[in-house]
Amino acid sequence: MFTRRLLMAIAVSAVFAGSAFAQDKSILVASTTSTQDSGLFGHLLPMFKAKTGIDVKVVAQGTGQAIDTGRRGDADVLFVHAKAAEEKFLSEGFGVKRYPVMYNDFVLVGPKSDPAGIKGSKDIVAAFKALKEKGIDFISRGDKSGTHQAELNLWKVAGIDIATDKGPWYKEIGQGMGAALNTAAASNAYVLTDRATWLSFKNKGDLVIEVEGDKRLFNQYGVMLVNPAKHPNVKKEFGQQFIDWLVSTEGQKAIADFKINGEQLFYPNASDPGA
Amino acid sequence: MRAPTSDLPIRFENVTVAAGAVTILDGISLTLNPGTPTILIGPNGSGKSTLLRTAMGLVRPSQGRVTWGGREDVPPTRRAIVLQRPAMLRRSASANIRYALRASDVARTEQQSRIDELLALVGLGQLADRPARRLSGGEQQRLALARALARDPAILFLDEPTASLDPAATKAIEDIVHAVSQRGIKIVMATHDLGEARRLAGDIVMLHRGRVIETGPAAAFFNTPQTGEARTFIAGELLV
Amino acid sequence: MPGDVSALQLVLTGDPALLAIVRLSLIVSLSAVVLAALIGIPFGAALALIQFPGRQAVIVVLNALMGLPPVVVGLAVFLALSRAGPLGSWGLLFTPKAMIIAQTVLVAPIIAALTRQTIEDLWLEYRDELTAMNVGPVGRVATLIWDARFSLVTALLAGFGRAAAEVGAIIIVGGNIDGFTRTMTTAIALETSKGDLPLAVGLGMVLIVIVIAVNALAWTARRAGERMAG
Ligand SMILES: Nc1ncnc2c1ncn2[C@@H]1O[C@H](COP(=O)(O)OP(=O)(O)O)[C@@H](O)[C@H]1O
Ligand SMILES: [Mg+2]
Repeated sequence: MFTRRLLMAIAVSAVFAGSAFAQDKSILVASTTSTQDSGLFGHLLPMFKAKTGIDVKVVAQGTGQAIDTGRRGDADVLFVHAKAAEEKFLSEGFGVKRYPVMYNDFVLVGPKSDPAGIKGSKDIVAAFKALKEKGIDFISRGDKSGTHQAELNLWKVAGIDIATDKGPWYKEIGQGMGAALNTAAASNAYVLTDRATWLSFKNKGDLVIEVEGDKRLFNQYGVMLVNPAKHPNVKKEFGQQFIDWLVSTEGQKAIADFKINGEQLFYPNASDPGA
Repeated sequence: MRAPTSDLPIRFENVTVAAGAVTILDGISLTLNPGTPTILIGPNGSGKSTLLRTAMGLVRPSQGRVTWGGREDVPPTRRAIVLQRPAMLRRSASANIRYALRASDVARTEQQSRIDELLALVGLGQLADRPARRLSGGEQQRLALARALARDPAILFLDEPTASLDPAATKAIEDIVHAVSQRGIKIVMATHDLGEARRLAGDIVMLHRGRVIETGPAAAFFNTPQTGEARTFIAGELLV
Repeated sequence: MPGDVSALQLVLTGDPALLAIVRLSLIVSLSAVVLAALIGIPFGAALALIQFPGRQAVIVVLNALMGLPPVVVGLAVFLALSRAGPLGSWGLLFTPKAMIIAQTVLVAPIIAALTRQTIEDLWLEYRDELTAMNVGPVGRVATLIWDARFSLVTALLAGFGRAAAEVGAIIIVGGNIDGFTRTMTTAIALETSKGDLPLAVGLGMVLIVIVIAVNALAWTARRAGERMAG
């Protein structure tokens, strides 16, 4: 008797699961862990929803994975930070148009004791060279994310071919920013992170900012509608509304207003055509 | 919805039952006719249970054939069996009987009165709601008998149905068997208890090592056994 | 950011966001168990009763599938449900339904394999009686499933435990979308990646409490039922 009632309850819940989530006025945005984990979306989306009634569902992935999600047609909008990859995506016809939205910056964090002796420097390239020469532990995300690609680019600028020059000090973990920070905190290593994730990260341990402020550490975000011509299921009206709002005066102000502990994390620059 | 023709006689034609390399029944030819109870006797392991299960249709001969009323492969709608170790369905005593009634398409409205009647017949009226698997060995044996009778069989096979019963319960079962037989139902029963065989038998089939050693009317078998094995067995000596 | 409040406190004070996460976790995992039972129990029972060439191989494979890695299942379901995949037109990727599908794939072999074992053992015991009562194939299956129901509850619990605990499959096909496809396990993965270890541990404890509660409920039901039915 009892089991029959239990099974009924479970069956009812199964039916319920089928209907409860039918929401049509919504779009799916593939974005990066940095925008999600920093809480930026938690700040922006309620405002957008209040204005338009559109629900924005965010799947936070590494940039490489997010772009792949767009390529497969599983998202309506891409909101990522890897300009070269975004332009490739456009040129292949998967996106309609790229809009610059904002930038934030990367910082190099490492142990308070600073075994590489680079603390306070503004020259990220010199810092990378020092890490390599002294063979100091460095955590790389190794996950093809925007941050990973920015890191690889910095090695290249430093004249280091990391694929051949890496030693046991260079550890690729193939995971997200949080996991990389957790690993660095646990092993007193250096790691390149975006400032937003860093500020909202709760398990810093002995890690502090070693290098910041270098122009080469700036990190540009772009937003693109997935091409409805390639993927007819893309909700182009709602998606375009979201993009238009992000680059509007109102959206740009909302981005600038987002702060953690009084610190601004993202700098709107939709009006900068070269960004 | 019963087949109009009878399952009797049951005829074994040179039946051999083998399990792997072991020959359990060895070239048995035998006819079970309507009438008084046929009692299967023989020491442990002589093949009594296997013979009953073959006659029921639960075991297929490896060689030879079995026919029921002259036909092969007759479904057991008019036969019932009380196995040596009956399996109790995981339900109450009365639900076990209800299951058998439903399996033989007894109308729902009739089921409850039949259940009460059958439980009373085997002396389990007080235990109707007890989970069958919580009954004692003897009670389970009696429930299995009630469950077999629920199928309203024309032939009832019984495999040592009194083996785990005390004398009073044994008497009760033997009385039921007697009454059932009086109603014209053919009883085929295995026992290794000679006293019981004497009390119930119309005729005797004696098995030894998978073969039929001797058959015949009970009186003749007990008074003038024809074979050494039968004499040894009847004398209560160890037949190995 | 509720970083300095434990998840348990959030549940006790009825924090709506957290309750929604708990509710979704239960709906997804329980629905997956129900669907997996609808597939796994008849399949397991059929495998127990039907003899066919290659049956042993099927049983070996089925037992091996009990240990399917969730990420592999997640990836397979992802590829199937992606717009670029064969079932893309259903539009199910990154929805709770996709998570239910992935967990159903994960759980069905567990329920099928345990059902096969249970029903086969019971069939050995019942075979002669049911044959003697002239019970047909459908009646046999029904009887065996019904009489094995208390053991089958254990199989369902094993499946539920697996579903409730896994993160690898649902995070891939669900996308861990805030307020939509975020469950307890994906929230734990997220909080860990944000370095909010106390909240992650708190959520983990809530998850464990819920799994224990579901098991206790089922165990009590099983005991009560067994006392009635033997
Ligand atoms: N499935 C089986 N496989 C192998 N041997 C069996 C099997 N069934 C019965 N036997 C053997 O066949 C012989 C006859 O068994 P059975 O018919 O139960 O005898 P009885 O009922 O007279 O004691 C025994 O030796 C028993 O061990
Ligand atoms: Mg026997």
